[in-house]
Amino acid sequence: MSLESMLIVAAILFAIGLYGALARSNVIAVLMSIEIMFNAVNLTVVAFARYVAPLALREEIGSVLTGQVFAIFVITVAAAEIALGLGIVFAMYRNTESVTLTEANQLRH
Amino acid sequence: MVTESLAWAVFLLPLLSFLLISLVIRPFLNRFAQLSGYLLIAALAVSLALSLLVLVRSNEGADLAFPAHTWLDLGDAAIQIGLLLDPVTCIMLVVVTGVSLLVQIYSLGYMRGDAGVSRYFAYMSLFTASMLGLVLSANIVQLYAFWELVGLSSYLLIGFWHDRPSAAAAAKKAFIITRIGDVGFLLAIIYLFYHGPQFAAQGLNPLHIPDIWQAAQPLATGGAVLGGTALTLVCLGIFAGAAGKSGQFPLHSWLPDAMEGPTPVSALIHAATMVAAGVFLVARFFPLFQEAREAMMVVALLGGFTAFAAATLGLVMDDIKRVMAYSTISQLGYMMAALGLGAFGPALFHLFTHAFFKALLFLGAGSVNHATGTFNMRYMGGMRRYMPWTYVLLLVGGLSLVGIVPLAGFWSKDEIITAAWLGEGPVEPWVALAVFVLLIAAALLTAFYTFRMISLTFHGEFRGGGAQELQDAEAEGLPAPTAVTGEVHLAESPKVMVAPMLVLAIAAALVGYLANPQWVKDLLGIPGHWFSYYVESALVFGHAETAPFNWPVAAISTGVAIVGIVLASLVYLQRRPASDTGEVMEPATSAEQDETHGSAGETVPGHKHVAVAPLRSEPLAKAGPVHALLCRKYFIDELYEGLVVRRVFYRFFAGLVDWLDRNLVDGIVDLSAWMTRQIGRLFAQVQTGQVQFYGAVIVLGAVLILVGYLAFGAGMGE
Repeated sequence: MSLESMLIVAAILFAIGLYGALARSNVIAVLMSIEIMFNAVNLTVVAFARYVAPLALREEIGSVLTGQVFAIFVITVAAAEIALGLGIVFAMYRNTESVTLTEANQLRH
Repeated sequence: MVTESLAWAVFLLPLLSFLLISLVIRPFLNRFAQLSGYLLIAALAVSLALSLLVLVRSNEGADLAFPAHTWLDLGDAAIQIGLLLDPVTCIMLVVVTGVSLLVQIYSLGYMRGDAGVSRYFAYMSLFTASMLGLVLSANIVQLYAFWELVGLSSYLLIGFWHDRPSAAAAAKKAFIITRIGDVGFLLAIIYLFYHGPQFAAQGLNPLHIPDIWQAAQPLATGGAVLGGTALTLVCLGIFAGAAGKSGQFPLHSWLPDAMEGPTPVSALIHAATMVAAGVFLVARFFPLFQEAREAMMVVALLGGFTAFAAATLGLVMDDIKRVMAYSTISQLGYMMAALGLGAFGPALFHLFTHAFFKALLFLGAGSVNHATGTFNMRYMGGMRRYMPWTYVLLLVGGLSLVGIVPLAGFWSKDEIITAAWLGEGPVEPWVALAVFVLLIAAALLTAFYTFRMISLTFHGEFRGGGAQELQDAEAEGLPAPTAVTGEVHLAESPKVMVAPMLVLAIAAALVGYLANPQWVKDLLGIPGHWFSYYVESALVFGHAETAPFNWPVAAISTGVAIVGIVLASLVYLQRRPASDTGEVMEPATSAEQDETHGSAGETVPGHKHVAVAPLRSEPLAKAGPVHALLCRKYFIDELYEGLVVRRVFYRFFAGLVDWLDRNLVDGIVDLSAWMTRQIGRLFAQVQTGQVQFYGAVIVLGAVLILVGYLAFGAGMGE
């Protein structure tokens, strides 16, 4: 497994997520797509940490694990974001009985 | 010993009084409003003492030149705050503080009980301080500032009873018309400032008054900066300012209206001091005028014409104060004419004597008003029985104004007429002759209107006063005259009002001969022709000499004055009410007479116990169209109001400005608003509210940045 194949997979995942986030009209699906994009980023971060961390720093365990630590942070933030996002979705649903994103344009006015 | 601070104190004491009254007494101690009067009187008493000290020291030849303090250095010009204590200033200081002091004492009685006593004395302090600052100024910009300050105080005091629409209108009129003249003065100052480099090349400051004098002199005396047409124009600009302030034709029409103010204000400002500021200004720049013959000619002719034309208007006025207002304009015309003829000393001498007798006449008019409740002479009459003091004092003032030997007015007026007769000044002989004829004619008219006024006011039978005037106005369905109180109490005014008049009357009688003794070398320590020599020593440049006493001229002017008095007495004294043509009948007369108690002396304020004689028709009305023309004041007000203000200003000028405002200014504003709205609409379309659209735009932007970086920026980091 090379760095390139890792990055290609991550790029594909990110593109899928981006497409879903921009194209799906269901808010739940959009949130899921955003999760996919997070995970694409996580994969990139971990892959870089595994393959291109500076040689000089390999001796030090903390430096080697920087990417992985970042990934865990991202997962945490993603969990928080989902909690908040779903809260907003619920509120939205209670007000409009709809989770269609194209209809949620009240803040424009 | 006169130090600089001592001279400044003359000006600062009234200013301090102004500050104390307006910042302390009026806000906190308004219950004791008379206190402000006492404060101002105290300040003025000290100022007068200091002024006299300065005058004495100046006369002894003490060095009163103090270096000026630079306030603003403008390269070639410097605006300085300085003192110019020449003889003209010293005389003016004494006149201003002296007359002001007496007028303030009189005001204590006249203004008692008015709701705005503190405000009145605050304005009076401000006026006196400004006037003193004006005469002390050594810098033309400093002078101009005080010049406008006296204009402001005049405006405030004319409109003192600002709840009367006529007073408010008169205040505005006075302010605006004098401002028209001031434009000329300002242009002259700007011209001087603009030519600063030429002044600086000679080592002169273009705003320092003695330097300006020097600049106008021929080359031999180190001047020649100003000359020719430019000098004439500068002089005419200065004269325009002076004409506005001194009510010279055609800027005279504000002064009669200014009589809407309280009478002591008229006495101090619109008779004795401020209106004389115009004459003072021309005298201050006399060395310039002497070098500009055309300007001198304009000053002489306009002064002579004003003296005559204003006197004709004085013949027909019913309002006692308006008669005196026209008289003031006329007398100021005499002074201007004298300056134009090169008679520097006589002009200032007349200013000096006029201040006393005209202030006296106005205070007398106020005293009569106090008793009758009106200023309309048609409703007065017979007052000499009730107010013997006022009658005698007004008679002294009147005779002084007419120019009867040996009262003050005679000596000064005679000097002016002599100067016109001799015609030795810088003007052409025909100008001097024309001015002489105008001044002699004006002297005749002066005698006539003065004795018309005295006859109508003090002789004959009492015709009802303000109460009757109000009744008549009501009967004819006219609005009640605003200045009429209707409170009639026929008695002599209180002592606090009579005493200052007495002092002024003594001055009006004696000051002419005492200040300028004729025929003798020495009169009780006063050298002969002291005033003339002293004042003329103010002329550092140029030269002016007062002609000696001239018997033929004195005979002519006295003869003319006596003819005027006799004519007026014949016309107004001999007419019995029975022989009256009865044009104006009194609807209420019989009812009034039923209440009569017969004892004429006993009166209760507000109640008439005196027989009321019917009104008399005006004998001069027989002159028909001429009388009508005079009553309408030569239609000058109609000309200004109807033609200049309504046509030119309201219709043409205001119309033009209105069109520009509607179309050009509003158009630009509307255009910018329209453009903003359109741009807003354009960009509002970008805001869809669709979060995914925003996301797409962000992504597109990020991609563009990335592509741009890869294409162009990749090598930049290295």
